[in-house]
Amino acid sequence: MENTTVEIDIEQELQKLSSRIEFLREKIKKGEKHRIGELVELRRRFKELAKRKMSSLSAWERVQLARHPKRPHTIDYINNIFTDFVELHGDRKFGDDKAIIAGFAFFEGEPVAVIGHEKGRDTKEKIERNFGMPHPEGYRKAIRVMRLAEKFRRPVFTFIDTPGAFPGIGAEERGQSQAIAESLLVMGELRVPIIATVIGEGGSGGALALGVADRVLMLENSIYSVISPEGCAAILFKSQENAPEAAESLKITAENLKELGVIDEVIKEPLGGAHLQPVKMYRLLKRALRVNLKCLKRFPVEELIQKRQEKFYSMGIYQEK
Amino acid sequence: MGLKKFLGKLTGKRKIKIEKGEWIKCEKCKNLVYSEDLIKNLKICPHCGYHFRMTAEERVKSVLDEIKTFDLFPSLKPTDPLKFKDTKRYKDRLKEAKEKTGLNEAMVVSHGKILDSEVVLGVMDFRFMGGSMGSVVGEKFVRGAEFAIKNKIPFIVFTASGGARMQESILSLMQMAKTAIAVGKLNDNKILYITVLTDPTMGGVSASFAFLGDIIIAEPESLIGFAGPRVIEQTIKQQLPEGFQKAEFLLEKGQIDMVVDRKNLKKTLYTLIKQTQG
Ligand SMILES: [Zn+2]
Repeated sequence: MENTTVEIDIEQELQKLSSRIEFLREKIKKGEKHRIGELVELRRRFKELAKRKMSSLSAWERVQLARHPKRPHTIDYINNIFTDFVELHGDRKFGDDKAIIAGFAFFEGEPVAVIGHEKGRDTKEKIERNFGMPHPEGYRKAIRVMRLAEKFRRPVFTFIDTPGAFPGIGAEERGQSQAIAESLLVMGELRVPIIATVIGEGGSGGALALGVADRVLMLENSIYSVISPEGCAAILFKSQENAPEAAESLKITAENLKELGVIDEVIKEPLGGAHLQPVKMYRLLKRALRVNLKCLKRFPVEELIQKRQEKFYSMGIYQEK
Repeated sequence: MGLKKFLGKLTGKRKIKIEKGEWIKCEKCKNLVYSEDLIKNLKICPHCGYHFRMTAEERVKSVLDEIKTFDLFPSLKPTDPLKFKDTKRYKDRLKEAKEKTGLNEAMVVSHGKILDSEVVLGVMDFRFMGGSMGSVVGEKFVRGAEFAIKNKIPFIVFTASGGARMQESILSLMQMAKTAIAVGKLNDNKILYITVLTDPTMGGVSASFAFLGDIIIAEPESLIGFAGPRVIEQTIKQQLPEGFQKAEFLLEKGQIDMVVDRKNLKKTLYTLIKQTQG
């Protein structure tokens, strides 16, 4: 799960350019005003390169971006978009799963519930959080907080960022199938607005368990898939090495998913990816959340649920003749 | 890669459709059984009680005493929305599956009676691309549920699935949400919904409508779970305990209501219907 350290070339070039820009800015600040022209030129080149490279990213390159080690996580969005987050713990049945964070917070002064996968940043935290791969307790904690949100009529924001459900003995013994299924059922009929955002990796059932929402948003360089490209390659292609090919076939980018009608909106990322300008990313996502929440709050609850259910009912492509 | 081997094991050599007049080797006790005897015995090995997999048609016939309509939604057919191609084209895989099974998809929804009780019966057929759930399976489930609601009769579903239909990618994943919402509507309308998990019930089917039954029954020794055993072994680098993810194991862990021998299945379903309906 730690195969995300491979930097892609655009990355390296852009990083180089951006550090040279930074270096020049310092020089100029110190009085070398004659170098302003040089700076403008470098900035232009950065922008151009980023644009060109980003517009021709392959699905596999997006996978790398979605899993980028510096990409903002659920915790970062919680800290930078919400205030006074109070984390709630435990499923009241077995334990507390740190792969999912849940609690209440304020969004621009309005009380809301926030739930999301958290992969962890350093090695120790990654292990504690099981790389963002939930056990049944995680989904059950999420369900519990969703029910609380419903009880107190608070909108729910979810953030999706997981390689998938954890394939382990305990997870199976304690019924991860049932836990995921119940989460889908509960979200499908929850009597408050739900906005889900895929912020990184939307891996299979573990992702969908937080994804049955009135609005499903996706950051531009996120992915959302029924199976990891590696897993798909191992089963349907010759070997895991065919993952880039599988990534292409699976149609897992935000753009693909918007076309298929599976998500509602693609959120633009700062040039080069969310990790290069996280502060700008927080601002962009916050704006999208604000607009979507405002829109959802206009609907009476019955209509909201009906629209949500109709949306998921309409998913799937088949012939009828 | 072990995952491939695992799927090969599920979809490969093991024969589900049994021809007349042939000798079949039991998967479990390795004894030879004459096909006619096996079919007469609900495909249960007379030597060791092993339950062979059933085709959708065999299942419907074994559960319903009166079949009003075998296939309620014959016009629903799969397409290839993503133009998916791995080592084979999805279109060709569909064609092969259709030829092999005579079915349009991995699920058949029937309408009929168990003794005097009218039911809607959804049955998955593992022979059709490993019983994987694509758009059509999801849609058939939803329509089956709607039919049950409209006619105020129980919905009984037999699962047999390796999981998601990868060739339909994200659309396949979304069928989990779609079918779960349909179960919510069954609940709202107080419709009895029983699932019978047969070998195997895995992945996306397991983590959606299979585990949302009011009552969950499993056939003996069925493999049931979310992640496949090989994937788990590879992840945790540990051997799995004996009987892991088998029906009896799930019963012990409190995940299902009962393990019922195929010979008693119809009677059990009928009794449950009488105990909850009317
Ligand atoms: Zn036998």
